[in-house]
Amino acid sequence: MKLPRWFHQLGSPPYVYRLAEALAPWLGGIGLALLAVGSFWGLVVAPPDYQQGDSARIIYIHPQTAYVGMMAYVVLAVAAGIGYVWRIKLAHAVAVSAAPIGAWFTFCALVTGALWGRPTWGTYWQWGDPRIMSEALLLFLFLGYLALRGAFDDRDKADRVTAILAVVGVVNVPIIHYSVEWWNSLHQTSTLFADGGPAMTADMLVPFLIMFAGFTLTFYWLLLRRLQAEIVEREGSARWLREWLAEGAR
Amino acid sequence: MNAFNAVLLRDLRVAFRRWSELAHPLIFFVIVVTLFPLALSPTAAQLREVGIGVLWVATLLSSLLALDGLFRSDADDGSLEQLLLAPVPMTMTVLAKVVAHATVTLLPLLCLVPLSALSFNIPLAALPTLALALVLAAPTLSVLVALGAALTVSLRRGGSIVGLLVLPLTGPLLIFGTRATDLSVNGEPTAAPLLLLSALAVLAVSLGPFAIAAAVKVGLE
Repeated sequence: MKLPRWFHQLGSPPYVYRLAEALAPWLGGIGLALLAVGSFWGLVVAPPDYQQGDSARIIYIHPQTAYVGMMAYVVLAVAAGIGYVWRIKLAHAVAVSAAPIGAWFTFCALVTGALWGRPTWGTYWQWGDPRIMSEALLLFLFLGYLALRGAFDDRDKADRVTAILAVVGVVNVPIIHYSVEWWNSLHQTSTLFADGGPAMTADMLVPFLIMFAGFTLTFYWLLLRRLQAEIVEREGSARWLREWLAEGAR
Repeated sequence: MNAFNAVLLRDLRVAFRRWSELAHPLIFFVIVVTLFPLALSPTAAQLREVGIGVLWVATLLSSLLALDGLFRSDADDGSLEQLLLAPVPMTMTVLAKVVAHATVTLLPLLCLVPLSALSFNIPLAALPTLALALVLAAPTLSVLVALGAALTVSLRRGGSIVGLLVLPLTGPLLIFGTRATDLSVNGEPTAAPLLLLSALAVLAVSLGPFAIAAAVKVGLE
């Protein structure tokens, strides 16, 4: 099988740097616009929940941040695995770039969850709740990854060692998730994937999904920008980089 | 298989020549278990409730204490590189080292846990389940600990970081282990959590050595 040319080019830092430069404004622009529209729609236009009142409006932020946190870990692990198996340095750069963003989104999911928990469950933090616990463990996986990275001086070695940790972590994520599900949950069940279709009317569902798209695009925008910074750091004084910068200065 | 036995016997011999180090995790375990009642100053009934969790957490923490000897000294004197060069799959060597390590560190710990359980007023009838759950959790735990040791083998100060890497992954062990013990204290059937612990053990022992071997190889590069 012959792979198309662009596929090989994805392993080349100059090509990916330029690609990111071209894509990032679009992702960022559309992502932030969607977030603005979704926030306005969700927080002002959409009707309040008939049980939870206005506090349920956090459903336009909380599930989305939790989802992006998990997606970031999958991106991290897949990129790290590709980097480890085929020794592609750029893939390691993607993994490194995804880690802090994922940790931050996971942290935001915990904080927004706590803020939601106070009016609805009567407590900010419930140790017995499985989703809180698996989210917290996910945050620890991110932090462990970052801590292990920080401990190495040699970047190549750090890349390969942390890749192993990331892959082991992603095998464990479902195990951790389902083992903590064993407890009785306070957590409300999924609204989107409820039996018999989404348990939401259209005027709430649309901003809910807009926010999902907005957060996802924002994540990839941040990822590309971090990736560019990572490439600059790794390539250091490469010729194409100096030429690119000289062009920009002109 | 010969290579497996050779590495196993060598590691056991080396461990027993430095037997005073083997006692450290045990002493640590006893201290942790003693500190909890001091901190909680509870009644006998409360002790039983927290006791199971305390024993499991103390076991996890003490197993972390012993991991420095697993690859570090062999990496320092170069014998780990020789093992890597040997015409034997590294997974086999690693598995032998993990088994040897578990025998000298986890096994004595497992003997201490039921004794401490009695001091927490956990009923005698629940002890076989507790011991069985610990035995079933031991392979997974030793593979995870070995993975932590392998990931940090090239770091001078690896010890402080291993807890961050390993402890989040031990969540399922803790849940199923304490669940099995809890159920048996209440006289309910314990098959489900014990079977899940066995499943985790099979998964860890079959896949773990590959990850550990890969981490050791990268660490020694």
